[in-house]
Amino acid sequence: MLRVILLGTLVLIGSVSFIGVNRNAYPQKLSDWQIFEDKLSLLHPKPGVVPYTLNTTLYSDYAEKARFVRLPAGTSVNYKPRGVLDFPIGTLLIKTFYYSADFRKPGINKKIIETRLLIREANEWKAITYVWNDEQTEAFLEIAGDDKQVSFIDKEGTTRQVRYVIPNQNQCKGCHNVNDILEPIGPTIGQLNGKLAYSTGVRNQIDYWKAHKMLLNVPATKSIPKTAVWDDPATGDLNIRARAYLAVNCAHCHRREGPAQTSGLFLNEEEKDPTAIGINKAPVAAGKGSGGRMVDILPGDANASITWYRMQTQDPGERMPELGRNLVHKEGVALVRDWINNMK
Amino acid sequence: MKLIPIIFFACAGCSFAASAQKDFQKKYQSQLILAEPGAVIELPEGTFTLTNTLSLEGKKKITIRGKGMDKTILSFKGQTDGAEGIRISDGSDILLEGFTVQDAKGDAIKAMHVTGIRFHEVKAEWTGVPGPANGGYGLYPVQCQGVVIDKCSSIGASDAGIYVGQSQDIVVKHSTAFHNVAGIEIENSLRAEVFENEAYENAGGVLVFDLPDLVLKKGGQVKVHHNKIHDNNYVNFAPKGNIVASVPSGTGLLILASKEVEIYENDILNNQSVSTGIISYFTTGKTIKDQAYDPFPSAISIHDNRYERKPGLPVGGDPLGLMVGKKFGGNTPHILYDGIKNPSLLDASGNWIAGQCIAIVNNKNQSIVNLDAANNFKNMALVEEGFNCNK
Repeated sequence: MLRVILLGTLVLIGSVSFIGVNRNAYPQKLSDWQIFEDKLSLLHPKPGVVPYTLNTTLYSDYAEKARFVRLPAGTSVNYKPRGVLDFPIGTLLIKTFYYSADFRKPGINKKIIETRLLIREANEWKAITYVWNDEQTEAFLEIAGDDKQVSFIDKEGTTRQVRYVIPNQNQCKGCHNVNDILEPIGPTIGQLNGKLAYSTGVRNQIDYWKAHKMLLNVPATKSIPKTAVWDDPATGDLNIRARAYLAVNCAHCHRREGPAQTSGLFLNEEEKDPTAIGINKAPVAAGKGSGGRMVDILPGDANASITWYRMQTQDPGERMPELGRNLVHKEGVALVRDWINNMK
Repeated sequence: MKLIPIIFFACAGCSFAASAQKDFQKKYQSQLILAEPGAVIELPEGTFTLTNTLSLEGKKKITIRGKGMDKTILSFKGQTDGAEGIRISDGSDILLEGFTVQDAKGDAIKAMHVTGIRFHEVKAEWTGVPGPANGGYGLYPVQCQGVVIDKCSSIGASDAGIYVGQSQDIVVKHSTAFHNVAGIEIENSLRAEVFENEAYENAGGVLVFDLPDLVLKKGGQVKVHHNKIHDNNYVNFAPKGNIVASVPSGTGLLILASKEVEIYENDILNNQSVSTGIISYFTTGKTIKDQAYDPFPSAISIHDNRYERKPGLPVGGDPLGLMVGKKFGGNTPHILYDGIKNPSLLDASGNWIAGQCIAIVNNKNQSIVNLDAANNFKNMALVEEGFNCNK
């Protein structure tokens, strides 16, 4: 009898779901959203689900990302030169994080980790994430976060290991935060103003959105802003590309409306005050993150600059960004290093 | 043959421990995410290892309650993710009570944009010998409104143990801070009352600072009274670059560029370098580019405190301490004033206009030195007159 009770207790403990009560009543499974057709892991979008990409993307431990947008049928977005587009209620932004087994053969043998959804509800955006099973047949709602060991071969042919961290629901708002309101970060006009290979051929995304009546009131092409591609010198000089990289990777927190406003360090592209972007600026509450350096940026000397230091350290209490980076982004660090070293 | 089951059990034990940790993290993180107004999250007795920040976001009326400061211990010694132990953001009426956060990689408990945040019998601690690899802040409310820190404790922070920044309406009382670089710091904050605390064996006991380049620029209306601020002669182990790295070891209480500060009826004992300092931002040697920043202290009153120090030179080797030691030998004066006044607060004859003066009166063992910092410390001298506000 005792054994039976014990066994029962164990089963009960084992089956407790940490997802808890789903008060928002979001589906427990990604497939229930009806975003993809065919085999789920192929990420083939259903009609009305449109792929998109950004000129300069947020670094997330070398994860590759597949982005899609789904506007409610018959709706569209108004052109807006700055800031994230004002998507209509019911819009879904869908971002899937995966690793190709060998980055020299992208898309082959990929391991999908998570699919994040940003949902435009009546009064606000909601962020949730679905974690893929090992069989890659389904992804399940997870609010408390998780981590996954991933192995991949990088572009140089070196095998890399990463403990990929899936953020908990609160951590979503650590980045997606404008004056304490959750918002998307990526899809601005400048970021969308670049080419994408659609199933029907390569096209500029603005042209595609316009042609498919997703985007209205688009002005003449030459007046449309264009964010530089951080690793493509043809799209901008060192300063422009470094600022684009810092804007995308840091400014969601480091801007006047963001969670890092307490630091006085603002890295959005519009920021013009040299102190605010860190030049000869003493840290405020960096703690050991200063790495013993006196200012965020010492022009001409990346090694003596806190900005560089925090990008290349691994310590969770020092590194920047705080979330989503266990591996140093060598190429990004090199860009910012060159930018500081060339600064007069 | 007999080894096999032993190995099996050992491994089973390991993975069970790791998964139990993960389960603890997930269980409480989920509770924090799903908590409804009025919820009390009860933390059990014991020591629990966490690897990621526990975060509470956008919540009202939530209590996180342990079984007691020394009974519920959240250890972040093996932390791999997140920049703080506990992070609370964008909420109201939050009570933290009865637990310890240990060895966080960054700050122990950070609260940002919370209206009504109370810490009661909460400890932030870094174990082992204090050093620059410890996290920066112990209890760290920033840009909060209505902060109460009561019967709390902070040990080993490489910046400030109890640190209230860019906040308003603050009470810090009945708390203890030791072996931090700064014990208690009120920075760019309005209306703070700090009383009946004990700050000892830090590099600096209590700091009241206003710094440039911040969103909330101007602090003030700070009262510090009935505290025991003693033996703050610990080595300054802050990483360079941080403002507290320039606080001399041996500092009891330091006012930097703040306004409307009243310091009274404290015991300020055996702080061997600077029992009390009143300085402008210029004296830090850092440049000021923030046009809206006022770098001068003004409207300061220091009265009815009890000062003592042991004979001997200032400790630490900070340039200011060395200079004062050279001038005064083993008999360092208690109150160091850099002498730099805001010219716009002086009348035609160079006296303070009404209400802006620096008063230092009626302290036991009071002795004041004007550092003459504006003239490169040339005429540093003991002064007895000029601190009674023209009375």
